[in-house]
Amino acid sequence: MSTFSPGAFAPAPGRGRLSRMLLAQARIETALALRNGEQVLLTLLIPLALLIGLTVLKIVPLSEPRVNEVTPRILALAVMSSAFTGQAIALGFDRRYGVLKRLAATAIPRWLLGAGRVLAALTIVAIQVVILGVVAALLGWQPAVTGVLWAIALVLLGTISFGALGVLLGGALRAEIVLAVANIVWFVLLLAGGIALPPSALPGGLGAIVELLPSGALAEGLHTVLTQGGPPGWQPVLVLIIWAAAAGGIATRTTRLT
Amino acid sequence: MSPTSLSQEHPLGSTVVTAPPTTPAVEVSGLLKRYGSTVAVNGLDLRMDRGSVLALLGPNGAGKTTTVELCEGFKRPDSGTVRVLGLDPVRDGAELRARIGVMPQGGGAYPGVRTEEMLRLVAACAADPLDPAWLLETLGLAAARRTPYKRLSGGQQQRLSLACALVGRPELVFLDEPTAGLDPQARHLVWDLVRALRADGVGVLLTTHLMDEAETLADQVVIVDHGRVVASGSPQELTSSGSAEQQLRFRARPGMDTKLLVDALPENLEVDEVGPGSYVVAGCIDPQVVSTVTAWCAQQGVLAEELRVARRSLEDVFLELTGRELRS
Repeated sequence: MSTFSPGAFAPAPGRGRLSRMLLAQARIETALALRNGEQVLLTLLIPLALLIGLTVLKIVPLSEPRVNEVTPRILALAVMSSAFTGQAIALGFDRRYGVLKRLAATAIPRWLLGAGRVLAALTIVAIQVVILGVVAALLGWQPAVTGVLWAIALVLLGTISFGALGVLLGGALRAEIVLAVANIVWFVLLLAGGIALPPSALPGGLGAIVELLPSGALAEGLHTVLTQGGPPGWQPVLVLIIWAAAAGGIATRTTRLT
Repeated sequence: MSPTSLSQEHPLGSTVVTAPPTTPAVEVSGLLKRYGSTVAVNGLDLRMDRGSVLALLGPNGAGKTTTVELCEGFKRPDSGTVRVLGLDPVRDGAELRARIGVMPQGGGAYPGVRTEEMLRLVAACAADPLDPAWLLETLGLAAARRTPYKRLSGGQQQRLSLACALVGRPELVFLDEPTAGLDPQARHLVWDLVRALRADGVGVLLTTHLMDEAETLADQVVIVDHGRVVASGSPQELTSSGSAEQQLRFRARPGMDTKLLVDALPENLEVDEVGPGSYVVAGCIDPQVVSTVTAWCAQQGVLAEELRVARRSLEDVFLELTGRELRS
């Protein structure tokens, strides 16, 4: 004996509004990243601790005021943490739990699934930049005014570049392997990838190589525009574009739904 | 909502072309799908009417899920054609997915998402969704609506997945093992839901390896094995055809000598002890046969217990067709 009134499931199919789908997906993915303790540790707490620590404690020799040297590098770290490591791990486990397949089976167009993730990643980065910027300002940070718009453009470009790398990693391998690799890469790039230490401080010819990494390019680019003002020069921009295009191109072929 | 208003609201402004209702819900012919050297679907043909319930029944690895995923457009056939609501699931995937509901095997959600959030997200993809709160209540998930997905029990995850398949008011749903891992109460709820869907004109294609599920729900049962259809028809048709039309089953002392009984019965009947103390008389069972059997038991001084006449079950048909060996 059925407990349902007749017509309760009468068909009325159709696709919802694209803007509504996009916002619904981006809002959930943003909320999930902010609700996840490990993600918050990675994307906010560690960058905040390093921002305050490197500014206040004089462990690494830096020119004064120290906060002006530290902040651009911490912003680069924040972008790498959320767009690359956070994104890769989230995607790895989302695939494990079948959510990509679940969403791909709805009326959401495939391109919009990607757009929702990008919008969520940009939202997280915006939150990071605001919080880190406010704390840096309290520590006395004075960015070069003529470089602020350039910095925003670099952060956007860095998010896309690191995001493409994150999707490349998180979309291809098993969740546990993604977790391990994403954290190791984060740690290596933080120490030796031009973030904690400027490429010029690295031994031998390592600095020149590090400037070709997305981490080195973003950190150097942000450092240039926020300390000296004006445009960042062509090299960091080109490096980020090439990494974004290469990672994105490969990821479209290797990313699997499950 | 009329088809006209649907086409006006279509976000890209294109017209939603509805195939004439005379086209079948699902039409598959000569379908072939390989994974490396393994042939998962091997020349499968299928036809499902609109608004009907079709059960794909088969052992593990028979090709049920692959067939369903080919119908949903998740996979591309190596050869053969698939039409769902008159559309090509790969080429017209976007248009098709707006009209169907899908319950993938094992469900699917963000690990940390709350039950209600997930259902509301899927509802946001549809033009005129069901009320998510009502659906959660109906499926017994109201108490778990704020529980993260990874902390739901397997049965709760299954029910959320079912809710996601239904929330967009689809005209056709694909349910891949909808009752796997459910307790009996939840299984009966799902059965009631499938019956309600059918009554409201929603077509249901489900996979199962539960005979009673296929027998009780389906208008049409398609038994698949090794990627091929080995039998199809209504449960009635499947169980009434074949070698042994009817059976008389009873339990008595094990190891009785049935020779006297065989002699007493008409020639076209077979007697077999299928398990210790479990006897089956197969063939055309009439009142005279029942009387002969009970008389023989009386002669032997034993009481025939659980004596019953039965058509062969779908399970008999299934095992006859797919064999008794275990599948991985």
